This record gives sequence, structure tokens and C-alpha cells, in this order.
Amino acid sequence: MQFSFTSEQEEFRSVLRRFLEEKSPPTAVRRLMETDTGWDRDSWRELNQQLGLSAVHIPEVYGGQGFGYVELGIVLEEMGRALLCAPFFASTALAATAILNAGTEAQKRALLPPIADADTIATLAFTEPNGRWDATGIETTATTEGGRFRLNGVKSFVLDGHTADLIVVVARRPGTAGDEGLSFFTVPGDAAGLTRRALKVLDPTRKQALLEFRSVEAELLGEEGAGAAPFTKTLTQAAVCLANEMVGGAERLRQSALDYANLRVQFGRTIASFQSMKHKQADMLVDVELAKSAAYCAAAAAAEDDPELPALASLAKACASDAYMQTAIHTIQIHGGIGFTWDNDTHLWFKRAKSSEVFLGDPTWHRELMMRAWGV
Amino acid sequence: MSEPTEASVRAEARAWLEANWNPDRGLVEWRNMVIDSGWGVPSWPKEWYGRDLPLALERVVEEEMARIGAVGVAKAGIRRLAAATLLAHGTDAQKEKYLRRSLTGEDTWCQLFSEPGSGSDLAGATTRAEFKGNRWVINGQKVWTTSAHHADWGLLLARTDSNVPKHQGLSYFVIDIHQPGVQVHPLRQMNGHASFNQVFFTDAEVPPENLVAQVGRGWAVATTTLMHERRGADGVGRWGQSSNRQGRIYDEERAENATIIEPYKWYPQRAGRVDLVIERAKATGRNTDPVVRQEIAKLLTLSKAAEWTALRARAAQMQGKPQGPEGSLGKLVSSHVARAAAHVHTLITGADAMLTGEDSPMGGVIAEILVSVPAGSIAGGTDEIQRNIISERVLGMPKEPRTDNDRPFRDVPKNLVV
Repeated sequence: MQFSFTSEQEEFRSVLRRFLEEKSPPTAVRRLMETDTGWDRDSWRELNQQLGLSAVHIPEVYGGQGFGYVELGIVLEEMGRALLCAPFFASTALAATAILNAGTEAQKRALLPPIADADTIATLAFTEPNGRWDATGIETTATTEGGRFRLNGVKSFVLDGHTADLIVVVARRPGTAGDEGLSFFTVPGDAAGLTRRALKVLDPTRKQALLEFRSVEAELLGEEGAGAAPFTKTLTQAAVCLANEMVGGAERLRQSALDYANLRVQFGRTIASFQSMKHKQADMLVDVELAKSAAYCAAAAAAEDDPELPALASLAKACASDAYMQTAIHTIQIHGGIGFTWDNDTHLWFKRAKSSEVFLGDPTWHRELMMRAWGV
Repeated sequence: MSEPTEASVRAEARAWLEANWNPDRGLVEWRNMVIDSGWGVPSWPKEWYGRDLPLALERVVEEEMARIGAVGVAKAGIRRLAAATLLAHGTDAQKEKYLRRSLTGEDTWCQLFSEPGSGSDLAGATTRAEFKGNRWVINGQKVWTTSAHHADWGLLLARTDSNVPKHQGLSYFVIDIHQPGVQVHPLRQMNGHASFNQVFFTDAEVPPENLVAQVGRGWAVATTTLMHERRGADGVGRWGQSSNRQGRIYDEERAENATIIEPYKWYPQRAGRVDLVIERAKATGRNTDPVVRQEIAKLLTLSKAAEWTALRARAAQMQGKPQGPEGSLGKLVSSHVARAAAHVHTLITGADAMLTGEDSPMGGVIAEILVSVPAGSIAGGTDEIQRNIISERVLGMPKEPRTDNDRPFRDVPKNLVV
């Protein structure tokens, strides 16, 4: 397993960091989070023309950059750090991954190039209002009618679901349960019978939507009834992605708390000179560095498709969720009253931390998955 | 000559070991050969038994030794700390006298720094060294002294001047433990073991040639010792790793280890014994309790992440990168792991956690974990001191305001009761 980054990877990270600092300062985040779409199509396409981010882990044969999960992890970590408002997680981390896992060769060749170019924004609709993060939560049905599939049901918490051009949907054959009868489908965003409503989200930097399918005609993606394995794999890989994104945000918060403590003067000293602050900062560093180790290790395992991946992905997701949230809580505390104001930027990351803690399953859920993966 | 590379070092070390290694040699005889070859301490200078190799390449030599099953220079105990300190600060005469016999294991050492009145604040030592006639005379008390009961020599930090600020009034000595003025008493711990000693000095004598560096430079020398201690050069991690292999040299090495290890058999328990958790949970059936499962998972997450953080630090070091923050967290994290493990062992063990000795599970091992874990967050720098170090040295936060550095040591408030 790789425990360090190559000099090329370090260079890639520093270029990306500079780029995102320029393109996605908090003022830009605040502007985009106030919009209904939550991101800007022209600037997202332009950013991809320059850096090809949306193509990072898509193989070259499908129009991608052909990098692995370590590079994808770097991109996500830097985006999490900058709190970039973009449909990257939905389109590249979730939908492209699902297509790679489930699609036929012909479907991958057709669907992935426009996603790689960011001409098509895709998303993955799997969770439903029951809020379960595995196959047991999927109630949406796919029925066949004259050789065509039709979807009925409600998907919720769909990232960028109201703006995506292409929706990858997980549904089941009527009368099946659990891992049985699951299939992937694709549906255009403007399909007849599909109603999309933006949800009011706690984290305005990452939009979510509720999607109602009323007899929506859908294309089967991959093999009918064989969706369970690619679905589980997609969720595992997505957990690795989210863990890496979270440690980027946690690191940014930790640094901002340190910078503030070094500036803020009370009782005639910077608050950074108080031992209570120093010890808190030391603990924050421990939390963030351990979570980074877990996220990097999981990314390396995903890159190698290591058999330990399911356990390591859940470990990383749980570890990063707890570290991000704890860091966010400490960062507000260190800022004091100003940290509770809207004008201070801390709450932007705090809300992302809270949303990410729950998205794809909370730490308790992932710890249980990890124990099962280890056969305990 | 070209720069040594991993490949060239590996090839050269392997060739030498294959030509010379023989498990039927005597331990001291073999170690003298290794020392003469430069492969015993390859990162040391050539004139003192080394090869001037970068520290990162030492691992390659260790791997080659392990591959062939060869025994290295004496690593266990305080010997390596003594050797490293004297290498850096000793006179040529001191190096001549002590280095080789420390590396062969013929001499054993102890470190006489901590005192009842100065634990975290080592520079507050009050043990006195006064120059009388032609020798130094030592009076005072040290504590937490590992291996003092079988040591030949001690590394002594003592106060030579109370009229200057605390760090300037300390000097560093090598003291002969086998003398009437030195009395060693074991110190019984809360877990029942007596692994450390109290050492009392009553007009103990040190000849002038045993002063290390100049008078008043003791703190700088002690810092070197402590730096090597933090790097794990006390070899605690290696203790108990004696092999089961056959051969005279292995027998002698096992005997050496046994003497040193005996009082520290509880050290693995101090770290929490994470390795026992899953098998114990399954054996007791507690692995079916969702609350217990969560706590086990939290522990394993912490422990794995700690392990990977250490591997990140090592990988960066191997690449020659500057040390990142991940390299400074290990000590503090290991306390967290140990506490979490003690908590989980309690959950798994249930009512039996009230028992000890043979009434406790695993012949007392579980009980020993529960009463040994508190040592880890104190020994070798408390968690609180670790947090100060991390915040000041890694994060660059302001140092603690001090009231003891700007005045003669005699005027600094001290413990009334210790």
C-alpha cells in the first residue's frame, strides 16, 4: 500500500490548490450557494477545460484522464478544502463511477465522454425518503412494458438532482427485496413523468433534490437484476471519495482556527498563548492527521482494488466524519461569538461537515459495516 | 567513491553478513566483529565503528540482518541512549572507554534524570554535584530509573550551580553505580510490578574525567539523550523479540534479553493489547452486542489510523522529505489507543473486570491491562507535555510564559512535599 504521494502527485495538488484558491474563494462560495442551482455551468466547464477534473478517474478509452483513486482523492480533498460549489461529487464521483461499475462496454463509451468533458452533468439517484444507505432502502420499481422499462417511486437526497442532465437511478423488479432484483437505469433530467424539486438543504454549498418518478421511461444500464454488486461497489468507492473530501475541509478549518487564535487578543495576550487553546489545537491536529491517514489509505486501497477495501472505506468514512465534525465544533468554539455569525466563514464548512457526516451513512452505520467486513 | 544507495548498501551488507555470520559464535565475539565491520551502527562516523550512512539507510542493514537471522549490536535498555549521547558529546577518551562495551552489551546503563521533585520539569533537578578536592561529590535522589538494579554505569544530570538560571547550572556525568555512595531501591507501581528504581546518592564520587561536555552544559547533553529516547532508541519496542532459533549466540542473546525484560513484562499491557480485542469479543460472545461492536470499531479505527500515520511519517522520511506533523503525534495517539483499549476490554470482560490474578481472564492479563494503561500517558513525557510540544514546535504557537528562567535557580519556587 502506498503511504506517501509521488512528487508528481504533490505537484498536481499544489497546482490545484492555487487554482481553487483563486477560483473558489469564500466570496465565490457565498455567491453560488445563494443560487438555486448552486453552481455555475459556464465556469465549471471552463475549469474543466483547463484542468480536466471531471475526467480524472475515467479511463482514457472513455474520454477520461485515466488516473486512479489516489489522484481522485487529491482532487476531492482540495475541493473539500476550497468548498468548491460544483457538481463534481454527483457527476464524477457518483454517476461516472456507477456507470463504470454497472454499464456495458457500449454504454460506457456512449455515456462517459460527455461526463468527462463536463458537457453532461450526471448524478446518482439511489437513496429514498426512508434515508437508508444500502439496497434495503430501495423501493422504486422498474417494470417492463413492451420491452421498455418504466420507473415508479421517489428518490431523495439526490445531489444536484434538480440540475443534472442525466440521472442514474437504482431501482428494483417489483416483488423483490434486499440485494435481489436491483438494476441501474439512466433517465434524462427532463424526462416525461419526472418531477424534480430542490430540497431546502442545511448545507447550501451542496444542493440536493427530491425526484418523483411516475411511469418514467428509462434505459437499462448494464444487466437487469444484477445491480447489487455494482451498487455496493459504487457506495464503497463513494465513501472513499467523501472521506477524502472531508479531510480537506477539516484541514482548512483547523488552519483557520489556528490563524484566528494567533490574531485574537484577550487579557493582553493572543489567545493562542493560552494552554487551553494550545492543547485543543494539538488535539485537532491529531484528529485531522489520523483522518487523513485513513482517507489516504482507503484511496490507495481503492486504487489497487484491494480486498480490504470495503472495511477500509467504511473506516475512513467514519473516521473522517467524526474528525470533520469535531474540528468544525472546535473551530467555532475557538472563534467565540464571531464564529456563530453568518458573516464568518466557519459555518460554511460546519454545515458541509454536518451534511457529509450523514450522507452515505453516518459513522455508526459505517463502523457496523466495517465490523461485518472484518467478520466480527 | 559514489554515494551509497539502497541497492549498494544492501549488496555490501549482505555480502559481509553471508561471509561472516555464524550463530555458533559467542555474542560478544560476534558483536565485536559487527562493530569492526561498521555494519553494527552504520549511520555512525567511520572513526567510531560506523560507515557515515544516512539514517534512512540503516533500515536496509537491519533488513539484511533480519533476513539472515543475524544478531545486531546491543540495542535493549539504556545502552543505545548512552552510546548515542557519548558519541555526540563525549571526549575521545570517553568514547574509547564506553562505546564499544555498550555496543557489545558488556556494559549496562541507566539514566539518572527524573527526580521526585522534577518530572516533566527535568531541568529543575536538585541532585547536587560539588567539586571537592579532586573529584565530584554527588548528593540527592533520582527516581523512575529503568535497569538501575543491574546497571554498571549511570547517565547523571546534576546541579553544579544554583546561582545561575536553572538550565545553565546543570552538568552531565557518567557515574559508576557500583560504589558505596549509590543505593538502588525498587519502586513498586500500582500494577504490583517493580520495574523502576529509586536511586539515592550519599557522597557518591565521580572522577573529573567522567564529566561529559563542560560544566554547565548538562542540559544540552541531556537533550541529546532525550531526543534519542523519543526516537525509541531505548529499544523498548524490540524487547521480547528474542527468536526461538538454535545456536549459541541466540542462547546468549535470550539470556541478555531475559535479564532486561523481566521487570517489563507488563509493557505490552500498558499499550492496551488491541491485538486481543476481537478474539476476546468473539470468545465471550460480546461481539453480538451493538454497543460493544461500536466501541470495538472506534478502537480499531483509532489504532489503524495511528499505525498508518506512523507509516506515512516513515514513508516521508524514506523519501527524504522534511518531517510533517504526522511524525510528532505518535506518543499522544498511543495514549488514546491504550485508554480506548482498556475501555473496550472492560466492556467485553464485564463483571470479571473486577477480578485480578488467576481469577481474571487470561490468567490476569486483562486485569494487568486495566491497571497498566495509566502509565503510558505519563512515562516518557505526559500527554500534556506532548500537547505543548505539538502546539509549540509543530503548530508554532507561543511558548508557555515562564517565571523560572530569568533568575538564579535558588530563587525558583520548588516542591515543599515530594
